[in-house]
Amino acid sequence: MSNRNQAQILLEPERYELRAAAPYRFDLDRREFFRFLGAGVLVVSILQSAGVAQESGGASRRRGDSLPKEIDAWLHLGENGKITVYTGKVEMGQNIRTSLSQAVAEELPVPIEKIEMVMGDTRLTPFDMGTFGSRTTPTMNFELRKVAAAAREMLIALAAAQWQTDPQKLVAADGKVTDPQNHRSLDYAALTKGQQLTKIVTVGTSLIPATSWKVSGQSASKVDGRDFVTGRHRYPSDQKLPDMLYGKVCRPTSFNATLVSVETQKAEQMGATVVHDGNFVGVAAASTELAAAAIAAIHAEWKSEPQASSKELFDYLRKNTVAGTDVTGDGDQFDVGKVDQALGSADHRLQQTYTVSYIAHTPLEPRAALAKWDGDNLTVWTGTQRPFGVRGQLAEAFRIPEDRVRVLMPDTGSGYGGKHTGETAIEAARLARTAQRPVKVGWTREEEFTWAYFRPAGVIDVSSGVRSDGTITAWEFHNFNSGSAGIRSYYEIPNQHIVFHATKSPLRQGSYRALAATANHFARESHMDEMAHAVKMDPLEFRLKNLKDERLRAVFEAAAKQFGWGKTKTPGQGFGMGGGYEKLGNIATFAEVGVDRKSGEVKVVRVVSAFECGAIVNPDNLRNQIEGSNVQGLGGALFEAIEFENGKILNGKMSEYRVPRFSDVPVLETVLLDRKDLPSAGAGECPMVGLAPAIANAIFDASGVRLRSLPLVPNGLKQS
Amino acid sequence: MSIIRLSVNGRPYTVDAEPKTSLLTVLREHLDLTGSKYGCGEGQCGACTVLIDGKAQRSCVTPVGSISQRPITTIEGLASGEQLHPVQEAFLDAEAMQCGYCTSGMIMSAVALLQRNPAPKESEIIAFMDGNVCRCGTYPRIVRAIQKAAKVAIASSAAKGAGR
Repeated sequence: MSNRNQAQILLEPERYELRAAAPYRFDLDRREFFRFLGAGVLVVSILQSAGVAQESGGASRRRGDSLPKEIDAWLHLGENGKITVYTGKVEMGQNIRTSLSQAVAEELPVPIEKIEMVMGDTRLTPFDMGTFGSRTTPTMNFELRKVAAAAREMLIALAAAQWQTDPQKLVAADGKVTDPQNHRSLDYAALTKGQQLTKIVTVGTSLIPATSWKVSGQSASKVDGRDFVTGRHRYPSDQKLPDMLYGKVCRPTSFNATLVSVETQKAEQMGATVVHDGNFVGVAAASTELAAAAIAAIHAEWKSEPQASSKELFDYLRKNTVAGTDVTGDGDQFDVGKVDQALGSADHRLQQTYTVSYIAHTPLEPRAALAKWDGDNLTVWTGTQRPFGVRGQLAEAFRIPEDRVRVLMPDTGSGYGGKHTGETAIEAARLARTAQRPVKVGWTREEEFTWAYFRPAGVIDVSSGVRSDGTITAWEFHNFNSGSAGIRSYYEIPNQHIVFHATKSPLRQGSYRALAATANHFARESHMDEMAHAVKMDPLEFRLKNLKDERLRAVFEAAAKQFGWGKTKTPGQGFGMGGGYEKLGNIATFAEVGVDRKSGEVKVVRVVSAFECGAIVNPDNLRNQIEGSNVQGLGGALFEAIEFENGKILNGKMSEYRVPRFSDVPVLETVLLDRKDLPSAGAGECPMVGLAPAIANAIFDASGVRLRSLPLVPNGLKQS
Repeated sequence: MSIIRLSVNGRPYTVDAEPKTSLLTVLREHLDLTGSKYGCGEGQCGACTVLIDGKAQRSCVTPVGSISQRPITTIEGLASGEQLHPVQEAFLDAEAMQCGYCTSGMIMSAVALLQRNPAPKESEIIAFMDGNVCRCGTYPRIVRAIQKAAKVAIASSAAKGAGR
């Protein structure tokens, strides 16, 4: 695994990234574009996977005036000089509205404030699978740079034609094409006036190398930051339409329940619109309070079967493996050499089990949607990472064609992988259809804790063999349920047997920031420490001895230097590390903890992260993402866990489910390694994966207590 | 329903609502002041924070009938025209946000803190702000923003003093 094939990793399927391609992609008419956008210059880029589609016969020949089907982004230069970029990606705090604007500003080139980004609107933007998997920077950022560069070439060509001069002698900068020799210039608006030109990005378009970047590679402030500090930005839950009603849904008393009977007269008498359709019972009313009162007045009886509880969770997962549900293919098993033999002949053998709990994303903005019908046409504003996926869900739920559904995604109050689905969109649309008025549904925090989905829980069994000189010879790794992201080891081990086992899940589960990479890195990097101790080697030295990958070695070494690895510690103090690569990024995290053995209190005092994700696009935002990953990661590492019993969540409130707060935050230090020679990768997920093992290893270092379950210390460190 | 008079951001309002209705609901649904956010409904996350008589209050657990004529300030009332409040400026400078959903509550809490304690120590900032949740984890930046806003406010009041 030391020679990483980037393309392969990019395409590696991930079990819990809910995704689906559009079932059809129809021809786009060039004339339609200009009718809609106005005259000017249009530049489109074609999906990276279009070549694959063509090989498999997926793309058809084009009509004379149509554009390719597989467009993933486009840019329009209006004849008034307005620059509009269209992408199906969405903004939820990862700051891509800014970083993608930087990419366009760099290549066009034009001041960043001249660019308008239209994002995540299924009517206006090209199809996009969704915003997940840290793919915006390696894919969309790259595509938009190509689009903007192609636009620049086209503008230079237009100017050259007008001046009848050699395009090589012209320069595009600051929204103008200039002829330096003849001291003349034309702004982009003058060049696009009256044009109806299209260009499809070709491989020949030359991009500005990262070493010459002026806008990308620099810290840029959030382009619409002012709207957030003034409260002006309208999130999905802030959307409003005239005559709008507020919707609320009658929830079952437990998961997987069926409705036995329901009484709704009282709610109707209160003036609410009541909808009872199969298992769905909901109301729409003039205010949220009236809607809540109407729901309270509904008497519903539900029936359900007994269900597993969190107390028996890990036993349950082990005993409930399922065969034949392998949707991800070869990511699930990896074999090399002969593990049994190698384990038998190893100087030291270790066998341990690690577990992770279900945790809740807890996006500060709970799910919300506003739905409006115009005849058979449905428009929904909602907070989702997959506007096109939600469009498909709505089309399916209401048995209408996708082209009658428009989903818009106003920049939402975070997602972290938790907003792939369209629950509130469907609920609001169902209520709006009967009410014949727009309806908004905003989930309460309790609803978000209960009816969204969770990060998968998991059990991981590791068996290893190591020689006395610290060479790892055998590695057997079984992951039950948590997922296959990051399941492979980056250490050089000649004999490996790695398997992901799908199991039944007592709770609804799905994608979560960094997916199973958090669980797999926790198990692997904790076990690395255990092996290092077994052979009495320094944990850093042990890792480096078994690691060839240069990029990963570089982050471990950089973090160790910043942290001061090897310094002496005081009683109660502990140092630990964890790291790895995920989503094309490389992370090493070093943690210092303080453990008070009397009170059991564990405090994470300091965290040093070294991160490398190729050429850095926006250094300050990158730091922000790494800091955020560490702060959010503290929760899952130390105390977050969903407790449940027989189909009910037991701690589904902010007062009962502890999330990291100001007082939990350690000193955070970030070392950025900028590799301008490598393509830029995303950073929203990878930096999280090193934290939990670094803390667990530091707790061991401080106390001699080895913790193998996440969360590590929900009730402090127990006396042993 | 009852007729309730409120003073929000220096403007008088009359709303027809149940006295037990939360101030947050009235602000968002009746007055269309959506800058204050719903996050938890139990005063645990601070996204709904407004100033009542200059004090930070969780509007999601404040019955609208309990306020009477005490002045309410929301995030929409903090800037004077296009001139941002120093705390708003400091949040922009420190890039103290990601998704921004907690931002208005953070800013309102910070304004209340600085009114009470113009030069808070880091530990005092952390203690005062601990009831505000940022799920994106921008806490260290928010602390820096508050420290910066405090410095700016002290410098500007010193400048005013010197000019007298």
